[in-house]
Amino acid sequence: MIELHNIYKSFEDKDVLKDINTTFQTGKTNLIIGQSGSGKTVLMKCIVGLLQPTSGEILYDGRDFVRMSKKERMLLRREMGMIFQSAALFDSMTVLENVMFPLDMFSSMTLSERKQRACQCLDRVNLIEAQKKYPDEISGGMQKRVAIARAIALNPKYLFCDEPNSGLDPKTSLVIDALIHDITQEYQMTTIINTHDMNSVMGIGESIIFIKEGREEWVGDKTQVMTSTCQPLIDFIFASDLLRKAREANLKI
Amino acid sequence: MTPLQPIQTFGRYIQLMGKVFSWPERFRMYLKQYVKEMYQLGVDSILIVLLISFFIGAVICIQMKVNIQSPWMPRFTTGYTTREILLLEFSSSIMCLILAGKVGSNIASEIGTMRVTQQIDALEIMGVNSASFLILPKIAALVTMIPVLVSFSIFAGLGGAYAISYAGILTPEDLTYGLQHGFNEWYVWMSFIKSFVFAYIIASVSAFYGYTVEGGSVEVGKASTDSVVHCSMLILFADIFLTQILS
Ligand SMILES: Nc1ncnc2c1ncn2[C@@H]1O[C@H](COP(=O)(O)OP(=O)(O)O)[C@@H](O)[C@H]1O
Ligand SMILES: [Mg+2]
Repeated sequence: MIELHNIYKSFEDKDVLKDINTTFQTGKTNLIIGQSGSGKTVLMKCIVGLLQPTSGEILYDGRDFVRMSKKERMLLRREMGMIFQSAALFDSMTVLENVMFPLDMFSSMTLSERKQRACQCLDRVNLIEAQKKYPDEISGGMQKRVAIARAIALNPKYLFCDEPNSGLDPKTSLVIDALIHDITQEYQMTTIINTHDMNSVMGIGESIIFIKEGREEWVGDKTQVMTSTCQPLIDFIFASDLLRKAREANLKI
Repeated sequence: MTPLQPIQTFGRYIQLMGKVFSWPERFRMYLKQYVKEMYQLGVDSILIVLLISFFIGAVICIQMKVNIQSPWMPRFTTGYTTREILLLEFSSSIMCLILAGKVGSNIASEIGTMRVTQQIDALEIMGVNSASFLILPKIAALVTMIPVLVSFSIFAGLGGAYAISYAGILTPEDLTYGLQHGFNEWYVWMSFIKSFVFAYIIASVSAFYGYTVEGGSVEVGKASTDSVVHCSMLILFADIFLTQILS
């Protein structure tokens, strides 16, 4: 469980996050949704510590992340996995080496154990046949899956995904979403996903917070999204012509 | 640019170096990186060092013979001056200036690209000290390889001079006599000591520019250029001080 209390973040000239208070549940896919530029990435970077929030409190199962020492932070980070918007695979390493990297760095396993574990993770994302390839030789969807495999190699407690579907076709997006959802349940992780993809919202939105211009506007889950009366959320959801027409048609019936 | 800016930059450089020089978490991984970097930064530079040094050695020899040597000068003049130029300046300082262009821009753009594609963030999230993991092996590798490159440069330069002598500009005997005349071993060590400092400058300064990139490919390009410019300037300054101190 990750709790945020009164998170503010401002850069020199501008306040990006304003008073975010929320709780992300263990074993669930927690979504942060909002328009591009609404502050999702900044919020996630604050949570994982790539940015320092201007004020506020972040609790990882009760452990205060903002105020802990550098050393403790380093150790806590080994319980985190993250999938970046650009996959962020190490491009000088093969797929297998990428997945093995966290194991090489932090586990006390022998080489064959590490290899076995990495293959197990690659197998979980159905990519065992691509293990000898380099990241630039595989498709975007495959890169994302490798990133997932790398993120789960050390059995993390917390998984962060920044727009895992950006740049992927709808079908591949569904595969990635399902994978993240299943893995979250399997490993009982606290998973946080940034997205603006309505398919993901309706598919895996077990807990959703909606952010607009850095303010938390709405909290709920996928069953409540469509019936919400929160105007900014309605504007966000029905920004697509197709959905709006569907809704209008629905209303007429 | 405010007058404070260079001081700020220097401060950030010192901060980064503080992060870089920390005890490696997993020695085996650093060792692996170190070996890889020795190959990438050192071994891959050997050819260009040999090529440039050979031709410069040849040209210095011709210039000395044509412009300095005359009948009332001792016959060791050409060999002697060629050797001194190679040992004292060319094979250490000028060679490192050239390497600042090749190796420095390589380091800056590699680390800069890792920054803008979030690979460095990925390392940080895993709990790796990214600055140390990426930069320390590069510094160590270049400092290890530089004496090798300098030696290669000296020998290639002498090879160039001999090639010219066999082409008939002066006799190889005269050249050998000149090269051996009044040889001071300390100059070789000076060359090495200077090159250690330059290697450190190249690796750390260009890594600094790469590591601190913000933005996209344009900024990576700029970081790469900046690193070459600043490395070169620092090498030239350091050369003056070191030459004063060491001779
Ligand atoms: N390092 C930064 N410095 C200044 N402003 C930033 C920085 N990072 C993000 N911002 C600003 O914060 C806002 C939110 O950005 P971001 O979190 O990336 O949005 P998104 O919801 O699309 O992920 C944007 O207006 C952006 O300009
Ligand atoms: Mg974003």
